[in-house]
Amino acid sequence: MTDGLLPSSQQSSELWQPNRSASEWSQRIVKVIFGTFAFLSIGTTVGIVLTLVYETYEFFKLVPIWRFLTDLQWTPLFTDSQYGILVLISATFLTSFIALVIAIPLGILAAVCLSEYAPRGIRKWLKPALEILAGVPTVVFGYFALLFVTPILQTFIPGMGAFNGLSAGLVLGIAILPTIASLSEDAIYAVPQSLRQGSYALGATKRETITNVVLPAALSGIVASFILGVARAVGETMIVTLAAGQNPRLTLDPRVSIQTMTSFIVQVTKGDAPVGSIEFLTIFAVGMTLFLITLALNIFSFWFVRRFREKYE
Amino acid sequence: MTTVNPSPLSDSSDQRFSPNLTGRYKVDQIFKIASWVATFIGLIVLAILVLDVLADGISSVSWDFISRFPSRRAENAGILSPLAGTIWLLLITAFFAFPIGVGTGIYLEEFANDSLFARIIEINIGNLAAVPSIIYGLLGLTVFVRLLEPLTGGRSVLAGGMTLALLVLPTIIVATREALRAIPDSLRLAGMALGSTRWQVVREHVLPQAFPGILTGTILALSRAIGETAPLIVVGAQTFVAFTPELSLEGFHSSFSALPIQIFNWVSRPQEEFHSIAAGAIIVLLIVLLIMNSGAIYLRNKFQSTRA
Repeated sequence: MTDGLLPSSQQSSELWQPNRSASEWSQRIVKVIFGTFAFLSIGTTVGIVLTLVYETYEFFKLVPIWRFLTDLQWTPLFTDSQYGILVLISATFLTSFIALVIAIPLGILAAVCLSEYAPRGIRKWLKPALEILAGVPTVVFGYFALLFVTPILQTFIPGMGAFNGLSAGLVLGIAILPTIASLSEDAIYAVPQSLRQGSYALGATKRETITNVVLPAALSGIVASFILGVARAVGETMIVTLAAGQNPRLTLDPRVSIQTMTSFIVQVTKGDAPVGSIEFLTIFAVGMTLFLITLALNIFSFWFVRRFREKYE
Repeated sequence: MTTVNPSPLSDSSDQRFSPNLTGRYKVDQIFKIASWVATFIGLIVLAILVLDVLADGISSVSWDFISRFPSRRAENAGILSPLAGTIWLLLITAFFAFPIGVGTGIYLEEFANDSLFARIIEINIGNLAAVPSIIYGLLGLTVFVRLLEPLTGGRSVLAGGMTLALLVLPTIIVATREALRAIPDSLRLAGMALGSTRWQVVREHVLPQAFPGILTGTILALSRAIGETAPLIVVGAQTFVAFTPELSLEGFHSSFSALPIQIFNWVSRPQEEFHSIAAGAIIVLLIVLLIMNSGAIYLRNKFQSTRA
């Protein structure tokens, strides 16, 4: 390429010639390969959607959708099978709700502490420590819920089952706490200092500044962290499978054994359901429901953040 | 903030306003203490959890425990095959996820213009990160176990590793992009001013600088992957494997177990003895995770000190 343009290159070095076309070709090849890799992430999404849609479609050929939505019992493994997804949704809702009651206030207070109160040196240790909590495998949390938290709860709550929604929800809350704390902290930390100083100048105390100025300013990020926490709680599997049990029933009583959407999928896949059987198709219908719930949360979060994000120069 | 209580201070000025500073400071103090308590609750639970696991399981951890296969009798049971399975999964996952994740990260950060394609991938990666892991299990079951059965051998360690690779891909991509973004543009401009192509600049200058950061992110992502249980159960991990897979095609196609699967199996049994060996297996799993995480932290610190 450069040959025609630079006749002088012959005078300088005959020994070294940049091989422009080769390096441009290698760049083109690399771009194609990496572009294909990038495409794989779309492929994953398409794969998830196609898998779920196809098998769910097969499922609804056997079970009418209105029965799926309106039955009040979930007994797909019995001969007299009923497919009321509400049963599994209610259990998922219950454990997630308990988890959020724990994780939202604690998470937001922890975020405030890390961002506003903790001295730099201590913050440097606290944040990684919380990240360790986030890195504990959920099956370990499940062990903890079933064999440590439940026996303690049983000593003072009458009628507490060996499997129950409460201890699953409580430990689930601890498990999602770091997610909420860490993301909220990022949002709170990003609020410009001038806002705080403006508030102090009006005579507000530190706490008033935080609750009336800083938190509202960081609202979009905080809500996004809540929603990610909800999505985590809804999709979490091992804690609820181990601690809440496998007993599908339509109840909001946190003391008894219940079955969430995820623990149903585990129960069936553990038992080697034959491919194409109704049990096998059912897990995809449940998976689809779970996917749609997390997708809806995601879309809501996306919308909320765009709608309520405060921009500061 | 404003109260209607008249106080001696406000007599002379405005009757309706009382600063009530002592009261407000009291609330402030309570709020501050509450925030500290909230921060430490998580850490206290973490400490209790670790102590509880240690108390239950430390007695069952021994060399025998690590070098024996699982057994129907708790006192003879070991974790050799689940541990081997976990290491296999780790290698397979890294083999697929690392090049693909880093490649995607480089593509998006260094090559892609702000095109529709790039934006779609970006939003898509964000969405994938929020998909529950058990859904990845369903994907793996359909694609790797059933559709690609001739390649993967069905419910094999290969299918499990590939499923985990898809699961950690978004995390590795994000880590790669962040590491690349931390490299100043002046480096790229200098390279290109000397006549290098973009790829030469990336390969020779940007990547070596960003590599420790990428590696850190990858190790953290992989350490999440080996703690994952749900997708592996769905893909078809076994809970009773009495062999370690060989390093061959047969090995890739063999059925597998993994530490979290074994823990899950033991915890869900009613007998007390199995609970204490479950705690023993948890200790081993946590040690593996600790080693990986400290490796990542070591790399991060080394990286930060050389750049400063």
